[in-house]
This record gives sequence, structure tokens and C-alpha cells, in this order.
Amino acid sequence: MQKLMKARVHITLKNGVLDPQGKAIENALGGLGFDGISEVRQGKYIEIVLENVSPAAAQASVESMCEKLLANTVIENYEIDLEA
Amino acid sequence: MKAAVIVSPGSNCDRDVQVAIRQSAGTEPIMHWHGDPELPNVDLIVVPGGFSYGDYLRAGAMAAHSPVIREVVTRAESGVPVLGICNGFQILTECDVLPGVLMPNAGLKFVCRDVNLRVEVTDTIFTCNYRSGQTIRIPVAHNEGNYFADKATLDRLEGENQIAFRYCTTDGEINPHANPNGAARNIAGILSKNRNVLGMMPHPERMADPALGGTDGRLMFDAVVKALAIA
Repeated sequence: MQKLMKARVHITLKNGVLDPQGKAIENALGGLGFDGISEVRQGKYIEIVLENVSPAAAQASVESMCEKLLANTVIENYEIDLEA
Repeated sequence: MKAAVIVSPGSNCDRDVQVAIRQSAGTEPIMHWHGDPELPNVDLIVVPGGFSYGDYLRAGAMAAHSPVIREVVTRAESGVPVLGICNGFQILTECDVLPGVLMPNAGLKFVCRDVNLRVEVTDTIFTCNYRSGQTIRIPVAHNEGNYFADKATLDRLEGENQIAFRYCTTDGEINPHANPNGAARNIAGILSKNRNVLGMMPHPERMADPALGGTDGRLMFDAVVKALAIA
């Protein structure tokens, strides 16, 4: 049987990079009466389902995807979670 | 002069550039489909504006990996003049031909209007028809024009005179009010280290005929044609 593995990729803006969308969400939440919010940052979430790979190979492959396409490392960080 | 205009799915300024080149050069540019990696030998490559691949993921991110762009990167490195306008500028930063990145506009709105630009350098084939410090008027039309790079990169761009244009007031003053998108240090256009690549958010092809409201943009196409004829 085919063995599937799911990679969850979280892409977030690096510290110090201004996030006007996050700021707008923050303001909107304040407008709705949500108190105690110190900051909102918006990112991206991508799921990739891989087939027939070892955890190590999946990690290496998704890291390469992030470096080449999924994230722009000038402004973004990425985190990868693998789930068999 | 032989020019090529790269056409991607979603390019929408390719024909405007075609008209501007035809007008300045008197020759017809090659309209080159992005999926064809066999780019003919040309004197100038233009990566035009638009919404290549619908701006999916990040503006320019997908187009930066299209077959012809790999060849454009090689040509740029070998010294062929490359002009990236708007989405073309975004693509050139995504494939690391130019440093930095174009982020969503600080005001979160699509900005579509004429802006004033101060010409910062005139020792390039693109800007040699302008006077240093001259204010020119050219339209912008973008959602991601907010130029960002780390401080070291910005300092290097300034130190090496790689900033070609900055957003300014009608009097040529550089201040936050003249900045339509939050771009770092009011940067509207930058050059590569060896100065053969120019990326800019404003659209010179949209100001290349009196019927469009002015000809400040035409001067850039005229300059390239003249410079390449001598070279």
C-alpha cells in the first residue's frame, strides 16, 4: 500500500518586517471589542502530501521546496511539521 | 535593435511595451512566450507588467521559475540589458537578479496613478536621456510595490549608486508623503551591480506618447535604442 506523509508548512514574516495586513486585522479585532491584543502577524499555511518517502527525505525535500519557491527568505521564515 | 518582450500568462503590459519599442526603435520586438526556453539572441530583454500566474503565492514567485526566466537570468548575468517593469521587477527580485523584495503596499490598496520620480543616476543605458536629479512623471499601477531589503542591502544600493529612481514630490523632494506604497527609502527602481538590469515599479511604457499624457517614459526607450546603436 502507498505510504503517505503530510507536511504542514507555516510561513511567517521575519521579525522587523512590517506586516500591514496583520496590522489591519489587529485594528479590526480591536474594533470588534477584543482587548489585550499586543500584535497580529499574518502568514501562510501550506499542506503537502508526499508519497513513499522516509521522514528524512521528506524533510529535505520540503525544505528545498521552501527555499526555492514556497518562502521568500528575504522576508519570510518557514517551519515544517511532518505527520506520517 | 533587437528586443524581446517576455509574455507570461497574466502579462498585461506586454503590448504597451511592444508599441513603445516599435516607436523608439523602428523595429518590431519579439514577443516571447514564457514557456519557450529557446530565447533568440537579442540586445534587450523586457519583462513587462501584469499579474503573471495571478500573483499566486507571491507576486512574481511562479513566473520566476518559468522556463524562459532561467535563460533571462543567464543573459542578465552575461551583461545583456534587461528591463523589468512592475510585475517584471517583482519577477527579477524573486529570481535574485535584483536584491530585495516587493511587498504588499503599506496602505493595503492597489495604487494606480501618476507619480513623480527623481532620477538618481544617469550613467546607465536606461536613464542617460534624463538629467541627474530631474523629476519625471510616470504612472504606477500595483498592489505590491513596497520595496523591502535589509539595511545592509539598502546601504549597499545607495553606496554603489544602484538606486535609479525614487518617489518624490513635484519639487523633487523625497519624503513619506511622496511615497505611494511604503517603499524603503522611497525606492521606485534599482539597478543590478553591473548596471545592465533595471527593475522599476512605475510604467514608462504608459507615458510614451502625448496621447497618454506625456513622454517622460518614451525618453527611456529612446535612450536604450540610442545606447545600443552606439554599442
